Amino acid sequence: MYVAVKGGEAAIENAHRLLAEKRRGDPAVPELTTEQIAEQLSLAVARVMAEGSLYDPDLAALAVKQARGDLIEAIFLVRAYRATLPRFGNTLPIDTATMAIERRISATFKDLPGGQLLGPTFDYTHRLLEPGAVTDGTRQPVAEAPVDADADAEPIPRVTDLLGRDGLIEPEVDGLDRPVGDLTREPLSFPADRDLRLQALARGDEGFLLALGYSTQRGYARSHPFAGEIRMGEVEVELDVPELGFAVSLGRITVTECQMVNQFKGNAEQPPQFTRGYGLAFGHAERKAMAMALCDRALRARELGEELTAPAQDEEFVISHSDNVQATGFVEHLKLPHYVDFQAELGLIRQLRAEHEAREAGDGTREAAE
Amino acid sequence: MSDVPILVAEGVTKHYGARLGCRDVGFELWPGEVLAVVGESGSGKTTLLNCLSARLRPTTGSIRYRMRDGAMRDLYTLEEAERRRLMRTDWGFVHQNPADGLRMTVSAGANVGERLMALGERHYGHIRDTALSWLERVEVATDRIDDDPRGFSGGMRQRLQIARNLVTRPRLVFMDEPTGGLDVSVQARLLDLLRGLVGELGMAVVIVTHDLAVARLLSDRMLVMKDGRVVESGLTDRVLDDPHAPYTQLLVSSILQA
Amino acid sequence: MTAPAYNFAYLDEQTKRMIRRAILKAVAIPGYQVSFASREMPMPYGWGTGGVQVTAAVIGPDDVLKVIDQGADDTTNAVSIRAFFAKVADVATTTRTEEATIIQTRHRIPEAPLHEGQILVYQVPIPEPLRFLEPRETETRTLHALEEYGLVHVKLYEDIARHGHIATTYAYPVMVEGRYVMDPSPIPKFDNPKMDHSPALQLFGAGREKRIYAIPPYAQVVSLDFEDHPFEVQTFADPCALCGATGVYLDEVILDDRGGRMFVCSDTDYCEGRRGEAEA
Repeated sequence: MYVAVKGGEAAIENAHRLLAEKRRGDPAVPELTTEQIAEQLSLAVARVMAEGSLYDPDLAALAVKQARGDLIEAIFLVRAYRATLPRFGNTLPIDTATMAIERRISATFKDLPGGQLLGPTFDYTHRLLEPGAVTDGTRQPVAEAPVDADADAEPIPRVTDLLGRDGLIEPEVDGLDRPVGDLTREPLSFPADRDLRLQALARGDEGFLLALGYSTQRGYARSHPFAGEIRMGEVEVELDVPELGFAVSLGRITVTECQMVNQFKGNAEQPPQFTRGYGLAFGHAERKAMAMALCDRALRARELGEELTAPAQDEEFVISHSDNVQATGFVEHLKLPHYVDFQAELGLIRQLRAEHEAREAGDGTREAAE
Repeated sequence: MSDVPILVAEGVTKHYGARLGCRDVGFELWPGEVLAVVGESGSGKTTLLNCLSARLRPTTGSIRYRMRDGAMRDLYTLEEAERRRLMRTDWGFVHQNPADGLRMTVSAGANVGERLMALGERHYGHIRDTALSWLERVEVATDRIDDDPRGFSGGMRQRLQIARNLVTRPRLVFMDEPTGGLDVSVQARLLDLLRGLVGELGMAVVIVTHDLAVARLLSDRMLVMKDGRVVESGLTDRVLDDPHAPYTQLLVSSILQA
Repeated sequence: MTAPAYNFAYLDEQTKRMIRRAILKAVAIPGYQVSFASREMPMPYGWGTGGVQVTAAVIGPDDVLKVIDQGADDTTNAVSIRAFFAKVADVATTTRTEEATIIQTRHRIPEAPLHEGQILVYQVPIPEPLRFLEPRETETRTLHALEEYGLVHVKLYEDIARHGHIATTYAYPVMVEGRYVMDPSPIPKFDNPKMDHSPALQLFGAGREKRIYAIPPYAQVVSLDFEDHPFEVQTFADPCALCGATGVYLDEVILDDRGGRMFVCSDTDYCEGRRGEAEA
């Protein structure tokens, strides 16, 4: 009996075997390949890469498979692997102005240089379950080929650059007198600068940021946002090699960028102009990039001299709770045994109840005596 | 009253961007003296109070305080540690809304006892006895000592806030409209109580109020503020009975008519 | 894809050096929470990642490791962490408190006295003793820096006012070397006195909260209290039902659904040791 209370190595091994069996499911059904996941569940893979902070579709697909489709578990797997990787250097900032665009829309201008390009979007689909459409193996021809990643093609200017030319939007300045921070290498302390906040948001849970961004739209720190531009496509990643004296290309990655344009009334020092909220995520991850941009703007409240009234503006609250690997770990740790502490509380409750009873009994006798 | 001032303000000016909070305010406050700052809302009196109590750095000007060792120190050159120590020992701050100055989820006894514990008092019995005697002094029923202030009336909360501030026998207490928001009868009782305590403890007080009756009852001297500036200052009886500045005359006559 | 290779004790040497620097700082300022760049570990946050990183940073090939959870060597999480180090560091493991050079623990301090040269590594969920009195890190760091600890006593005062005595039973706050108020991790207050003047080095790791703190050997650790309500530890009415030990911390084991229960040692190694001696 006593032994049954405690777990053991055998129990853990059995649990792992059961897990493997459940992961495989019915052996009569063909096994998923990681290639299938990477190709056909590419948005799940993108989310795992973004919140896992590691651009590797193959590993992310493996993680999705190993995690039985639990994306937070998959993110966790990727993060734990990433933590062990040596750091060779820092790449140059990617230039999204030179992106080979697959999708690019602006909600602020009807037409603009480079045009609007819908790309592969759910936006105008009717959300009707259509087994035929998604199981039919044949591909429908795409009417218009995606824009070619031609190095000579004219870069498509970003909406914020167009606004910036007229001074209508605050300039994006590199205000750092130090290298860009990395919260996975240096402990984060508050108040944090925007580079670290953006990193935390980029790694942050999509659902959490979505809810916070939504709350700003509903009046909890309203920022009057316009989706100035959302663009998705491939960008070049380059590493500066000091020995060579020039940057070498490491390859191309797909990213989604969202630039929110927000109202700003101005103050004593500054005339009224639009302000920015920025979102960037690996892969095709539009919801995440938009939510991130809303949160980034809300978290700039102090810098912009705005009144701090809402959760989304509260840097400590947002950044301390946005990481789903941390959150899931701590919530789920409640499954671990706590019987030592519970025993202590049990003892206290019994003592307090006994004392209460004794007091009640004491009151009774006193009343009887009076 | 001693022969050296406890607080000296010189040329205190505070701008919020282009907007003026207060301009060029100067005065000396003496130990045991009660100074009332009166004016309408927007006159700059709360800005001045926040500057004086080391909560809001003035744009220009200086505020010096005589520490317990006799040294005059500029408030805004104090270390954070010194400033916070002053705030929880030598000073008190009574907010208009008691919830801003109390721990609402903690018992009345702990609210009064917190400053003692912060200063290192480690005897539960002593802390409790002190809390009980202070509750008595501020006329809060002693059997409410273990209740938290959420169940207290506005007047009780305000009296508890006063006890919480005075328990360390501060030498200087700032009060921001301490009777604002209370019923007239509750106000009168609180004013009586404050007057008694101020006389008994001999502390210096800077009290901000828009109510000339409060100033008349409590203060020795007063500053009248309008649009961020002091338009008149002097002994309270003199200012109220023989106002010189046109604005003060208007203020006094409007009260009399009311 | 080739299987990734891992360094001795999982963490790369650069990370270990970073953690060791944090540990050295923590030892130099007893009770002070040093922030460190906690890594993602292959077990979840809240399951001992802080303790595991500290252990990984101090463990060497000659160490003998003991891992306990709730005082027991055979609870699932203890088994899992011990297996992790056996795999990635290939070190000897033990359940014997006396034999271990490093003991990683969650929620208990072993009953057997520790000796010089041993390191006790605590897993810490919330390192900040003021957290539930003041949620903001920016404010709690100021309170520590200025030694403003009145709030902790407000909490203890409230306990006495409400219950007649201090009602904190675990994670009971302590003052280390007369300077920093420290959270001893959720050990029962029964274990608090064992921290004071312990010959062993005590290291505390909080992975999710990214903090390391320490009690160097023979440092003073005082449980906070009032002069007229002094700190007291739990006592149990009956001895351990298995080994008969008294003056130890006991787990309650429910025997049936009719109220039957017994109390047995929470420290399984201590209990087995005593039973072994009794048989011999």
